[in-house]
Amino acid sequence: MPHLFDTFKTRAEAVSAEVHRFGLRGEALDFIVDLLRAEGVADARGSRAVWVPGSLLDGVDRCRLREQIPGLTFHVTQEAAEASKVGITQMEWAIANTGTLVTDAAPVERRLASALPVIHVAVLATDAIEPDMPAVLTRIHPDRSGYISMITGPSRTADIERVLTIGVHGPSRLVIVFIDELGRN
Amino acid sequence: MATAFKESIHTAVNNANLTGALGRFSEAYRVGRAKAYEGIDFEEVRGRIAEVKGYAAGHLDELAGIFTKNAEARGATVFRTSDPHAVNQYILNLARENGVKSVVKSKSMASEEIHLNQRLEEAGLTVNETDLGEWIVQLAGERPSHMVMPAIHLTKEQVADIFSKEVNERLAADIPALVKLARNELRTKFLNAEMGISGANIAVAETGSIVIVTNEGNARLVTTLPKTHVAIVGVEKLVAHFTDILPILTALPRSATAQLLTSYVSIITGPSPNPDGSLKNLHIVLMDNHRTQMADDPMFKEALQCIRCASCLNVCPVFRLVGGHVFGKTYTGGIGTILTAWFDELTKSEEIQGLCIQCGNCVDVCPGKVPIPDMILELRRRLAKQQGPSLKEKAAFGIVNNRRLFHAMLRAASTVQKPFAKDGFIRHLPMFLSDLCEFRSLPAVAEVPFRDRFLKIRQPASKEKVAFYAGCLIDFAYPETGEAVVKVLNKAGFQVVFPEEQTCCGAPARFSGAYEVAAGNATANIDALLKEDAAYVVSACPTCTVALKHDFTKTFVSLGMAEHVPRAAALAAKVIDFSTLAKKLVDEGRLTLAEGNHLAKITYHDSCHLKKTLKADRAPRELLGKAGYEVTEMFESDMCCGMGGSYSLKLPEISAPILRRKLTNIKSTGAAIVAMDCPGCAMQIRGGLDKDGAPIEVRHTAELIADRILPGPTR
Repeated sequence: MPHLFDTFKTRAEAVSAEVHRFGLRGEALDFIVDLLRAEGVADARGSRAVWVPGSLLDGVDRCRLREQIPGLTFHVTQEAAEASKVGITQMEWAIANTGTLVTDAAPVERRLASALPVIHVAVLATDAIEPDMPAVLTRIHPDRSGYISMITGPSRTADIERVLTIGVHGPSRLVIVFIDELGRN
Repeated sequence: MATAFKESIHTAVNNANLTGALGRFSEAYRVGRAKAYEGIDFEEVRGRIAEVKGYAAGHLDELAGIFTKNAEARGATVFRTSDPHAVNQYILNLARENGVKSVVKSKSMASEEIHLNQRLEEAGLTVNETDLGEWIVQLAGERPSHMVMPAIHLTKEQVADIFSKEVNERLAADIPALVKLARNELRTKFLNAEMGISGANIAVAETGSIVIVTNEGNARLVTTLPKTHVAIVGVEKLVAHFTDILPILTALPRSATAQLLTSYVSIITGPSPNPDGSLKNLHIVLMDNHRTQMADDPMFKEALQCIRCASCLNVCPVFRLVGGHVFGKTYTGGIGTILTAWFDELTKSEEIQGLCIQCGNCVDVCPGKVPIPDMILELRRRLAKQQGPSLKEKAAFGIVNNRRLFHAMLRAASTVQKPFAKDGFIRHLPMFLSDLCEFRSLPAVAEVPFRDRFLKIRQPASKEKVAFYAGCLIDFAYPETGEAVVKVLNKAGFQVVFPEEQTCCGAPARFSGAYEVAAGNATANIDALLKEDAAYVVSACPTCTVALKHDFTKTFVSLGMAEHVPRAAALAAKVIDFSTLAKKLVDEGRLTLAEGNHLAKITYHDSCHLKKTLKADRAPRELLGKAGYEVTEMFESDMCCGMGGSYSLKLPEISAPILRRKLTNIKSTGAAIVAMDCPGCAMQIRGGLDKDGAPIEVRHTAELIADRILPGPTR
């Protein structure tokens, strides 16, 4: 579905999200590891990273990842997320025509990792993109999810002199990683 | 009007920060909003919103019941009350029971409506607003000046001062640094708070869900970190079905901030886990506070269709000058006036309802299809009924209702004004009248009114008749416009009749809330105009046209005079504005404009009633273009000129700056002529240009095309 991806990318980038796409899980993993390194993630308060495990990590040696990136944890608590620079979560759906990510955020780890750190890395399958909100709302429903989160670009405000400023209470960077191979979970 | 209110207006219009910020915003908003709606059928979307919210407004009790049942089935506790004090008490009790010392809030207008913060603080709790604008305003000890942008009236320097005091450190007026400081300061408060209070943009009965829309991400933290979450929801936020959220989520971000979607939309159904693994203590307060009473009033029920996007503020020519503080309450602007009258009390809207100039800009953009100007008139009517009109108004309307006396006085004025009139203008008046011509000259009353000139016009005989409704301004100030109308219609083969008994259209009375006077005017005019067997009743004044075509009926309905409605409808069916009729006659081949000419470059001003109510913005442009004029569009051609009938006399301090903007936009086109279809706008703009000295002619479309018509086919 190249068309949906292109629309999504255009719309998400228009609201300052960063959009990447990889064919293979391994490529995406490498990208994320590089990003964590480039951001100087380390075992120090404010420099850590939290990763809420999703299907991307299935079969991946997490111990090795933690050795590669000191300061990375898969055990997401409020304290760990608050001490982190980067939070990584997996999302279930995306909306092409608004550049929006959608997830069942009832598990609190997903909210903590996507709300508290300065950088949020969102991972999802390329074929999880639906054309619009009505289509996504046939997939996800309050009857099954107690806390549905839709995220469109990083946190923003224009409350001082109407000047758009990115990054208020939520992340100032939203890095979206699409993986073709991931398939729907 | 009370001095304090006049003073607050004076302060606001002279606050360069405020008018500058709001003015720039309103200009950018229009462009941004249009872009955000690209590819969306706005009429379809707002039709669906009006439908789902209209349904909800008609079933508030039932939906509140369903919502309660479903939300409680999911584990939330729902508290329903009509009493605002009970809401405060409930939350206070909750705080006590749960050992709450510190509260973080994301935006909730409903909580501001009931002064919740004050109550909690009095009880010793620490309350922090976390929406950046709300926090700034809270620290400054002020009130939000805009529903969506609470601190738009403050500069970055002022914000730096406010923050500097809070952190005891001298901060620079650097916006990104100030935002970062707010993040850090508030993050600690988020992490330490035991209770989070939010509002909700939508409450879904079918699923027991609340939907919260934000950009900053504060609502996600407010609803995630503290162990207790209280959502305060006005019952008008209810919708029946989950899919009802779709049109609202389509319109709200586009109309509020010109976004396709806000950064965050959270749909919360029942308690979710807290960071420590326990389940959220979730309470949803369904607050009525007069909303059900509003729903039961047929004239105001549609106000519950409001989705609080504030687009009515953003397009309002008055709001962008005065901002929200002059409204003195939680809700501001057009919709705020209506909500204040209900949530507070009718008399609290007494002064602010007068701010509405009835231009109708808000009607065009409202995603809930709320007829705001009509509702404000209805407030005016009820206030007038409750308190009676002022002595001055009583005297004035007494005269208007007596046609002979009214017309005799206008004739007398043409003699009395002589010492002050020159070249058709009155530029100065002595003593207490001097305010009236401070920012624009007034037209001199014509020596010979149209009704007398009409008798001298020699018309070709025809069986086909058009009745001409002149209206006061054409009759007594601009008779030449009336003569042009007659000339054009004669060339199309009509004989024009002028029913002598026609009188004031009643708009001034209606706009002042004096509906009984307006009804008297309506009856007199219906009798006079239906007496003639005319194919059309034409008027060259859009305000009069709207009165004849729409308002007579509305006035009768408001007053319960249903028996008069059929005759009002019979008249309405014949009523047409000049340009629409002329265009129709051109299309029918009954009028031929001399084409192929290259006449002057002109610009066209859209009069509010013509464009917004009669939807006739194309007809005059096409006529003028066909006649050979080069029509150059001015910026904001359809923005009010500030006239608004007696508005410009009651609130000259607002009318004048609105006019100044209009004159600037006219002059920027470089056109030698500004055309329009409304003698009221002509009076305002002509008077402004006279004071300004710019050599630009103001002409009615009828006058401009009257000389460009080829002799018609003989009929």
